Order: sequence, then structure tokens, then C-alpha cells
Amino acid sequence: MSFPWAQHYEPRHPFMQWMDEKLPLPRFVYNAVGAGYPVPRNLNYWWNFGVLAGFCLVIQIVTGVILAMHYAANAGVAFDSTEHIMRDVNWGWMMRYAHANGASAFFVVVYTHIFRGFLFGSYKAPREMIWLLGVVIFLLMMATAFMGYVLPWGQMSFWGAKVITGLFSAIPLIGTPLQQWLLGGFAPDNAALNRFFSLHFLLPFVIAAVVILHIWALHIPGSTNPTGVEVKTESDTVPFHPYYTAKDGFGLGVFLILYTAVVFFAPNALGHPDNYIPANPLSTPAHIVPEWYFWPFYAILRAFTWDFFFIPAKLMGVLAMFSAILVWFFLPWLDTSPVRSSRYRPLLRKFVWFGLLPDVIILGYCGGSPAAEPFVMISQIAAAYYFLHFLVILPIVSSIEKPEPLPFSITEDVLGKDDHAVLAPAQPAAA
Amino acid sequence: MADDAGIDTPVHETGEGVRRRDFINVAAVSFAGVGGLATLWPLIRQMSPSADVLAESSTEIDISQIAAGQAIKAIWRKQPVFLRNLTPAEIALANKVDIGSLRDPQTLAERTKPGKENWLITMGVCTHLGCVPLGAGEGEPRGEFGGYFCPCHGSTYDTAARIRKGPAPKNLEVPVYEFNSDTVVKIG
Repeated sequence: MSFPWAQHYEPRHPFMQWMDEKLPLPRFVYNAVGAGYPVPRNLNYWWNFGVLAGFCLVIQIVTGVILAMHYAANAGVAFDSTEHIMRDVNWGWMMRYAHANGASAFFVVVYTHIFRGFLFGSYKAPREMIWLLGVVIFLLMMATAFMGYVLPWGQMSFWGAKVITGLFSAIPLIGTPLQQWLLGGFAPDNAALNRFFSLHFLLPFVIAAVVILHIWALHIPGSTNPTGVEVKTESDTVPFHPYYTAKDGFGLGVFLILYTAVVFFAPNALGHPDNYIPANPLSTPAHIVPEWYFWPFYAILRAFTWDFFFIPAKLMGVLAMFSAILVWFFLPWLDTSPVRSSRYRPLLRKFVWFGLLPDVIILGYCGGSPAAEPFVMISQIAAAYYFLHFLVILPIVSSIEKPEPLPFSITEDVLGKDDHAVLAPAQPAAA
Repeated sequence: MADDAGIDTPVHETGEGVRRRDFINVAAVSFAGVGGLATLWPLIRQMSPSADVLAESSTEIDISQIAAGQAIKAIWRKQPVFLRNLTPAEIALANKVDIGSLRDPQTLAERTKPGKENWLITMGVCTHLGCVPLGAGEGEPRGEFGGYFCPCHGSTYDTAARIRKGPAPKNLEVPVYEFNSDTVVKIG
């Protein structure tokens, strides 16, 4: 949103004035991420991760389009063309490592971004739509990442595709026809590989479109902030440029150091050696695991080992896995506390840091481990706690918790109650 | 007064004011809607298995070289099929089991062809998450029930390829097949 005190775009150069009349794109940028967008002055580094996620999407699209120039989506040659990229194409190894680890980096950033939402109540009114669009982006990311992992057509690609599309066969009656429709065959083969490639190329652009909606929805109420107290006066804000372009720039530098360190020094640390073996439909790897960013959800999938009334265990697992993300859609209405930021919510803060966070990490560890005891039992307990957090703990905490006193304004939180320290005289926003 | 243009039954007579243009609007939108929906069908249907994939949907296998106690892996629809020649001891073992105690109750006779009870023909696809169980190849472990053993999550099948232990919900699937002769099986 543009607060009344937002700076106005005034092009000086005749060309920019001419441009502003014909296509006011510079004005749009100025008002969206420039000096014309006032942002709370107290954003901390948790608020860097939105920009970082956007940057990761750019990395993935750039490296991905390049890889597509050298890759062949045919079951006969897909594995060889991947090796061709690694060995023969100029800088091909770097593009592929940047892309594969870029996916991991993207998920690290997005998980942090989502966790920021849990911590600071970013999903609360009036920002529900931003949150809902964010969950849609996350679902699209998961689909894109899964299909991308199939493309090298190694053993883990093939068996991952088989296991994940096999989930659909758990749906009663239409399950098997649906699975065959998705694969275009009876098992993953050329038809499946081709369509996965087509969709893997398409979906990032769909993500980019939803990201634009996400940012559009964000710019209506404006960013929230660590206090969760809404902007009241001009002294609560600073212009996005140069203040947050600089802060985001610094965060981007730190991110790039870590990301490139993995790309250049440990490019296979997060991958599976089995995926350097060509796909073989007649031999299953001993231990099929998805990429690390799916582990918590994979653990929930496998936690269901017994039939529940008439629902077979396999279907229960599938439903639970999808519900684990779908429950996020209801988060704005499950958390009924009027206080936004967990900084002033002593109970919720403890349940997020010491309940939900370790629970998801435990689920992740179990999801990456073989499906044997004690991991099955631990994932069952952890999966139960996961749903308990959202469906029981959060509503109860919201109603019984006694919040700590909130600061009057963002400015007071930053500078204390010293009137002389306030940069501009306090004016009601509506005045 | 311009609003009255094209009104078939003027408002003051019927109180409704149906216009010719309303009919044209409804007809045009319906026509375009039906056309649009019909166009969706090819867009959806193109994803289903294509003719060349379906053309591979049956295969003939020579079983004359499989001695009693041996098994082979064949490929049907790009998936492994296990063809196993059961020994009399294995058949007896399968028939001895109390059917009521099974997760997916089926007798060996229901899973084989009459008079050919020694030929156990099943998919080599674990019903848990689709791995290929061990036991059909030479020297592979067959699990504690002497049938097949899936190394992924420990599902164990007996000599009728019925699920006995582990997470798989169903017995190994028996594909559609028939004996063309005593030595040739047609699967699919």
C-alpha cells in the first residue's frame, strides 16, 4: 500500500517523462520496490527471505533454460544427455550443479520464509491472501521439484517417479486408471518423462505469475514487521529504496557465499549416488528416498501402517501427506489470537520453537531413514504431534494465552518513548 | 425509450421483458460453452497410454526351460512379471495356510489356472510402493515364507505370492494370462 507520505515518482529526464506517459513501467517499479514504497523501519533479517526466494526462482529459470538447450527428454538418451551436460558441454557441469543445488537452496529459503510466517503471524488478517497464495506457490514448487528430479532418468529418478505416481493408485476406484493417465503408460517410461519435462519447464513460469499475485497482495496492506503492530505514522517507515534494497543486498551476498560454496565444493552432498546409475525398471535400489526437502512429508506418508476403519493404510498415508500442507490453508482461521507477532505471545513462541520446529526436523530425519523401527514409531508420534499443533494446540493457545504488552508503535519499539528521538512528529495515518 | 428497442414482449404487457437479444446471448454462450467443453476431451485424453504403449500390452513367454523350483523374470507393459514353477513341497506349503489368517485371503488355486497349479504367474511389483521383490532370480533371498522378499520395506510373500509380513496391503497381482500350449504363456 502506498501510505499518504510515500514519495512520488517525478521523472526529470525528458526521455523518462516521455516513457512515463507512454508506459509507466519505471513508475511501477519505483512504487513497488523503490523509494515510493514505505516499509516498516524495523524489519530484521527474517524479512530477507522473500527477496532471496525470488532470486532463487531466477537462478532456477536461468540455469534451467540453459540445461534444456542440451538435455534430451527421451527415455533412451535422457541419462546420456545428462552426462553429456556434465562432461562435454562447456560449463555444463556448473549449470547442472547450480540447478540441482539451486533447488535445495530455494527450499531452504522458502522454508525459512514460511517459518517467519509462523513466528510473526504473517498469515493473520489483513494478509490472509498473501499467505494462501504462498501455500499455492509452495505446492507448485513441490510439483516442479519432483518432476525435475525425474529428468536425469537415473535409478532414483525412475523409482521416485514410480513411488510418487503410485500414491495415486491408493485412491479407491479411479486410482489405477488415474495413475496410468498421469504416466501415459503402465510404468514410468518415455511418455511420462516427456510430459514431466514439458511441465517442469512450464511450472516455474506459473510460479512466477503467482509470485506476482503474492507481491501484489502484499502491497495492499504492506509488509508486517517483527512487532506485528501496524504502521501508524511516517516515522514508522522508511522507503524501500535505499534502505531495504541495501539490507536485501547484504543478505543476498551472504546467501550467495553459502550457495556457491555448496555448488563448487560439495555439489553432490545433497544428492543420491544411485541417481548416477541409469534407470532400470527391473532392479529397485535398496533404499528409495526423495530429496531432503520432501523428507518430513515422506515420513508422514509412511507413518500410516495400519488400516483405519475401511480406509487402507496406503490411502491414509497419502491423505495425511497432502493434509500436512493443506492444513496451512486454514492457518489464518485456526489462530484466533488478536496479537500477531509471537514476540508478545509467550505460549505460542514456545510451541513454535520447541514444539513445531523440532517436530518437523524429527519428521525429516525419519523420512530420510529406512522404513524400519524405531523410525516408523517416531514418525507416527511426530506426525500426530504435527497435526495436533495446528488443529488443537494453536486454537487453544490462541484463546487461553495472556499476551505480553505490545509497544504503542513501531517507532516506540525502535527508539523507546523518547519523543525527541522520533524522526517526524506523530501524525495519525488518516490525517 | 431506447431500452425498449428489440423487446419482443414489452414490459408493460408481461412484466418480464424478454428480449430477442437475451435469446441470442444464451444461445451463443451455450454453443461456445459446449464447444469449449468438447475441446477439453482431446486435451485430457492425449495423456492416456498411446497406441504404441497399448500395443505392448500382451506378450508370449516360453516356459519350457523353467525347472521345478525355478523362476524367471519377464517384462510385460514395461513391468516385471515373475513366472515360477512351484515344487510339490511349495504347493503343499501354500495350501497348508489357514486362509482366514491372511491379510488378503486367497487360495493358491484362485491364483493359478486349473490343472496348472504349479505355475505361479504374478507381477513382480510389490503392492506397497512398487519395488521389485527378490526371489525370482537365481540365488536371491526368498524370505521366511519361501516366496518373495521385497528389500525396500521388508514385505514378505509366501509360495503363493501372498502377503504374509511387512507393509504391503495386497498379494502380488496376478495378471490376465492364458496358456497357449503347455510351454507358451500369453500374458495380457
